Amino acid sequence: MSWETVIGLETHVQLSTKTKLFSRASTAFGASPNTNVNLIDCGLPGVLPSVNKEAFYKAIRFGMAVGAQINQTSIFDRKNYFYADLPKGYQITQMDLPIVIGGSIEIIIDELTKTINITRAHLEEDAGKSIHDEFEGFSAIDLNRAGTPLLEIVSEPEISNAKEAVAYMKAMHQLVTFLDVSDGNMAQGSLRCDANVSIRKKGDKELGTRTEIKNINSFKFIEKAINFEIKRQIKILENGEKVVQETRLYDSSKDETRPMRSKEFANDYRYFPEPDLLPVIISDEEIQKIRDEFPELPKEKEIRYQQEYGLTAYDAQIIASSKSMADFFETALQKTKNYTLLSNWLIGEISAYLNKQQIEINESKLSADKVAMLINRIDDQTISGKIGKSIFEEMCTNGSSPDEIIKSKGLEQISDDGAIEEIILTVINENPTQVEAYLAGKDKLFGFFVGQVMKLTEGKANPKAVNSILKDKLK
Amino acid sequence: MSIQFKSIADLREMLDDKSISASELIQESLELAKKYKELNCFVTMNEEFSVKKANAIDVNKKTSSRLSGIPLAQKDLFCTEGLRTTCSSKILSNFIPPYTATAVKKLEDAGSITIGKTNMDEFAMGSSNETSFFGNVHNPWKKGYVPGGSSGGSAAAVAAGIVPAATGTDTGGSIRQPAAHCGITGLKPTYGRISRWGMIAFASSLDQAGPLARTAEDCAILLNTMSGHDAKDTTSLNSNVPDFLENINQPIDGLKIGLIKEFNLSDLDSQVQARFEESKKAYEKLGAQFIEVSLPNISASVPTYYSIAPAECSSNLSRFDGVRFGHRAESTDDLNDLYIKSRSEGFGDEVKRRILIGTYALSAGYYDAYYKKAQQVRRLIKNDFDNAFQSVDALMTPTSPNTAFKFGSKGTQNPVELYLEDLFTISSNLAGLPAISIPHGQVNSLPVGLQLIGNFLREDQLLNAAHIFQKNSDYHLAKPNLGDF
Repeated sequence: MSWETVIGLETHVQLSTKTKLFSRASTAFGASPNTNVNLIDCGLPGVLPSVNKEAFYKAIRFGMAVGAQINQTSIFDRKNYFYADLPKGYQITQMDLPIVIGGSIEIIIDELTKTINITRAHLEEDAGKSIHDEFEGFSAIDLNRAGTPLLEIVSEPEISNAKEAVAYMKAMHQLVTFLDVSDGNMAQGSLRCDANVSIRKKGDKELGTRTEIKNINSFKFIEKAINFEIKRQIKILENGEKVVQETRLYDSSKDETRPMRSKEFANDYRYFPEPDLLPVIISDEEIQKIRDEFPELPKEKEIRYQQEYGLTAYDAQIIASSKSMADFFETALQKTKNYTLLSNWLIGEISAYLNKQQIEINESKLSADKVAMLINRIDDQTISGKIGKSIFEEMCTNGSSPDEIIKSKGLEQISDDGAIEEIILTVINENPTQVEAYLAGKDKLFGFFVGQVMKLTEGKANPKAVNSILKDKLK
Repeated sequence: MSIQFKSIADLREMLDDKSISASELIQESLELAKKYKELNCFVTMNEEFSVKKANAIDVNKKTSSRLSGIPLAQKDLFCTEGLRTTCSSKILSNFIPPYTATAVKKLEDAGSITIGKTNMDEFAMGSSNETSFFGNVHNPWKKGYVPGGSSGGSAAAVAAGIVPAATGTDTGGSIRQPAAHCGITGLKPTYGRISRWGMIAFASSLDQAGPLARTAEDCAILLNTMSGHDAKDTTSLNSNVPDFLENINQPIDGLKIGLIKEFNLSDLDSQVQARFEESKKAYEKLGAQFIEVSLPNISASVPTYYSIAPAECSSNLSRFDGVRFGHRAESTDDLNDLYIKSRSEGFGDEVKRRILIGTYALSAGYYDAYYKKAQQVRRLIKNDFDNAFQSVDALMTPTSPNTAFKFGSKGTQNPVELYLEDLFTISSNLAGLPAISIPHGQVNSLPVGLQLIGNFLREDQLLNAAHIFQKNSDYHLAKPNLGDF
């Protein structure tokens, strides 16, 4: 029997606002427990929420980018359930009238483009965090995260496999970071998703029973969790059994999904319109302002990089595809004019290093200013490209500036013709046999002489000067 | 000269002509509270702080504000920084808020002195003050009788002359009905006129703070200070706050008062009815015209209210879970057990009943039939009022169908009996309209209230009509005989 997988993703994007959705407490990550918490966040009796419009502007920017309909009148609802890290006993969310309706995202799979439609995206507040393993016999609550604004983006069930799901999440990551809607930091939970997975017989119109895998927070886990779940469900169906509709959790240490406690889905959330908040109305002027200040997206950057800086289509595409890389490039080129060399380095040496370390450029010790300085030193022939690479290695480990490294290690290139000539003459004098062979027509030996010069200068001789003077002396 | 039964205006004069100091005034007010302890008006006294603040006012001598040095009592659901705030519930019996409600803060910033927090129905759910964890409040007019509710402690403290005025909140009549039962004046302003920040919520879309006082004039003084937009309450109205005293003395010649056809007053106690007829005549004499208006959907007010209010309360009261503040049950097995025990022990029967009703009304499959339907009916009721105000300036009804009743005589077997107490008051909460109750005589030695409902934001008109009535009558001057206490 041939099976078909149907996947829909609910993506939770933590919006990068300075303060929370309904209070003016900070959203900064990593603060000591319960320090980014005010009266509203801990749900004291008598407190009331008030809306942070910045979160709306970010949600609207996302909506515009995916070509969605924007609801300029937004209504909040209460989702009622009890949990220790949910201070009010309800979450303020949007049920009937989400801020964003429709739209789509394009993903590329094996060079083919596929469009995934978006059902809706709504604003809601995050809950706090329960900590069960830190205090013997007690659970602890950290409310720092409580009230942080989330945009929940619901896709249509149009994703066919784990690979597409990963591509969708990568596209989502690229979009929200370029839009400056979120920092997209998956390890800190700024971007995570729930995957609804179901299996049906190929050709069937009706959807199979779905399970929901909760809170997956890395591209790798999305792929593994979905693939596990697909296999699990197919096995059940092939045994002639039925898939149980349930919420499941992906355990990365065992690479498996397993059911969450059953009372989770027995909840009746008793949604009703939040009476503490009036409908939020976004004016036409506000919409226009968001449109006017719309950030540049990867495709636009790609074209501009080619036109303004003469990058190749390939280089432009690679640099423009990551927000942190594009930002780095744009900052660096304020300080250097050799755009081609800069892009070569970004795509070559720098990317190789980042891939090896599995980090983004903004997580590394590299600064755009210092990389620009390195490019300039190569460009003005203070150092050779080869020396540049060794300086780069040092920059990566301790973040020091290229000029400092050059100075402290005496790496400055020897470009003085007289000095080079002297060294060349020494090499010629010391290697009479090779000179004879070269002059007899063994052209390949030219490299040998260059190598000898570099050896004597510890690689610091200007290669161009070495070439031309050598040629002259070996006539 | 005793300060008992004095209005704010009287006390202001005494303070200004130095016949009394703020310290003496506060001391006397505190002593009256002690003397009438048996009334059980207060849950928590604020003696030390009150005396300090009064002394500071005497030393400072700058009394630009009308309220400077005036003793007030606050209903115990307004959060007061450092001063226990219980909502008359066991679950908050140990709760000391770290902040002060906007309405109270404004009054205190104007120099008034909070001498204590008043008893109330638990979480403002009740019409008799009998649901309080801290016991019944006696009606100053008759021992063993209810003061009305939920702002029963505030009404009794004012009626007994302990304080000239007090704050209350009104979700379905909780200011007006106790004002009526205790023979004082109580105003529920337009929804959103006064910030709800720091007011512990019962039903968010209906709750409104307001003053209880001896006169309409004093209500105007308090309203002037309490009103205004508050960025911390986005449902508070961003509209101009007039000086409510400015036009309070205008003649009411030509004032058009509507009588609601659907309220069949002949069903009422004949003496309550007679009081109403007499007040109507009094208003006619003052130049008002009476017109019968129809509000076809108003009879649905009570069931509509009892779908919406419990629904909102079931959600609002979820935060009382024993986790972060308030009563927490001892020796619990797990989180669920902690919730169940803390809430079972912490809430009284009426609160539990309403949480259950509300949870049911919001549950999957019932939401459309109850909560959503009720909101639609609410809209119809609001439309009825809008239509009526096309042809009248105000509407007049009795505040309550009855006078105060004996402890335990109503609602103990059938809670709905007590819910019907709110028949005349509930609709203005549903429509968000201002309404005032003024005393207009007694039936069997117990006060009776007259209600005027005004158009959106027209508290000025209500206060004007009430003040002119009080200028031409002395019902509001009647004092209870407190000999039994």
